[in-house]
Amino acid sequence: MRRIAAITRNPAVIALVAMLAVAGCANKNTPNNPGDLGLGAGGIGGAGSATPGSAQDFTVNVGDRIFFDTDSTLIRADAQTTLSRQAQWLAQYNQYSITVEGHADERGTREYNLALSARRAASARDFLIARGVPANRIRTISYGKERPVAVCDNISCWSQNRRAVTVLNGASM
Amino acid sequence: MMKIFKTLFSLGLLATGVAIAGVLPARAQLVIDVTQGVVEPLPIAITDFVSSDTMGAEISAVVAANLKRSGLFAPIDKGAFIEKISNPDAAPRFSDWSVINAQALVTGRVTQEADGRLRAEFRLWDTLAGQQMVGEQFFANRNNWRRVAHIISDAIYERLTGEKGYFDTRIVFVEESGPKNQRVKRLAIMDQDGANQRALTDGRSIVLTPRFSPNRQEVTYMSYEGGQPQVYLLQIETGQRELVGNFPGMTFAPRFSPDGQKVIMSLLRDDGNSNIYAMDLRSRTTTRLTSSNAIDTSPSYSPDGSKVVFTSDRGGRPHIYVMGADGSNPQRISFGDGTYSTPVWSPRGDLIAFTKQTSGQFQIGVMRVDGSGERILSSGNLQEGPTWAPNGRVIMFFREGGGQSGPKLYSIDLTGRNEQSIPTAQFASDPAWSPLLD
Repeated sequence: MRRIAAITRNPAVIALVAMLAVAGCANKNTPNNPGDLGLGAGGIGGAGSATPGSAQDFTVNVGDRIFFDTDSTLIRADAQTTLSRQAQWLAQYNQYSITVEGHADERGTREYNLALSARRAASARDFLIARGVPANRIRTISYGKERPVAVCDNISCWSQNRRAVTVLNGASM
Repeated sequence: MMKIFKTLFSLGLLATGVAIAGVLPARAQLVIDVTQGVVEPLPIAITDFVSSDTMGAEISAVVAANLKRSGLFAPIDKGAFIEKISNPDAAPRFSDWSVINAQALVTGRVTQEADGRLRAEFRLWDTLAGQQMVGEQFFANRNNWRRVAHIISDAIYERLTGEKGYFDTRIVFVEESGPKNQRVKRLAIMDQDGANQRALTDGRSIVLTPRFSPNRQEVTYMSYEGGQPQVYLLQIETGQRELVGNFPGMTFAPRFSPDGQKVIMSLLRDDGNSNIYAMDLRSRTTTRLTSSNAIDTSPSYSPDGSKVVFTSDRGGRPHIYVMGADGSNPQRISFGDGTYSTPVWSPRGDLIAFTKQTSGQFQIGVMRVDGSGERILSSGNLQEGPTWAPNGRVIMFFREGGGQSGPKLYSIDLTGRNEQSIPTAQFASDPAWSPLLD
């Protein structure tokens, strides 16, 4: 697992992996469509009603977050699809800089999880760079297990918290 | 911190000049052997200290609570007492105490000096031998009465176990409030028994993992206040804060060196891995101790400062490693099933406490510094963050409640049989035990 993670941090290899990945073929237990999770701009409007180029458009139609397997920093196939969409969108709307937030679930100790979620943020950042997003538009921050989105005591919940979230800087929702 | 002055009563020299009949030669007869696996708590009678107000009873109550929580003492219900101590200068009627099975007896008196200071005297008696074991008096500011009670507790503990006590200590921790996905976290400090709690930060930024300096005056911790999470120093009394070092990325997992001159911590590299650095607080120079393409974090010095124990996933999963304080010769010491993290070197130098994750459980355990002799002290759904009492006999940690509930603090001794909850006003995590104050 670690070896794969190390390989995917190499941008050249990431690009190759991304090309080989079959879009939409993700069979992990975590849904990666933000609509399924209700994580988008809930209540503001459904997908498609968001103004193109807005933060809502990014969150709802592109997907602002990817998910990871337990104790892994590997960018899964479903996450590669999402990040590729993010990179395309950011190329089109190049006024935005972004912050990639790395997060961990609570099933780890605090300091290790800070490091793990930092590596997740770096993995997502490196993938975006490999897909053409300029490095100087990206910063990362690690939250460890400090900011769960889902609060409960089961596996489906923890899987939503193991995530990297791309936040548009200076965007008004 | 207010100074508390101490004087000793010499053996048998009682202020009233009352001679004790049948005093035996000074020889320690009453001893609790804490090195045994199972210790039967010692029955001890702790009488209300004689005083003109409630202060005497309050000090006695704090002493009794301390000794009871240690698991080594069984304070006897005051309702069973036969003799009422009205003159603590006179020898007690030992038979009145031995008949209720009090093997040790504590008597004392609290008075006020002309300058307003509190004067607290106490004596520890061996009821079977019929002799005084300890006699001391303390002068302190009246609002430091709890510290006086803790110092008396330590004196009793030390005399009867042969080991230093840990009651005159404080805990710095993270006080948590609000919903779990928007937790407000403040640094807070309290006495080891949960009294005198107060917040040290305002809660506007997430703060994590506070640790005491060896002189107890400073805390090093991690805060998100600067945008990028980084390691800070806080002066407890003045509230003054400063950033530790000038690093571009996240710094975390700080801990002081035993001499207080350095802070050792993790620094996030640009590639997403983390290495361990030591920063000299005077010269501001930093030394890189690890350079693996892995996560290296949670460093903790041995008490002599010659070695560092830390967590690394360089072998694939998180495990515990020991290296020289200069980064030399890292050796893996944990080999059991599951993962190991949060290693903390015992102040005695003999053990390393850790958090182990296996079979969906989080366990607090100890192992010898070469990795042998692993013992699990406590298992739970989610618990971590061990910290040592200064005598190396007790560990405090935090345990999460489920769902929207939150973490609470617990202590457990090395037998693994005496778990105690530490009362806090709000949820609490990341405890760090202070050294004893001299």
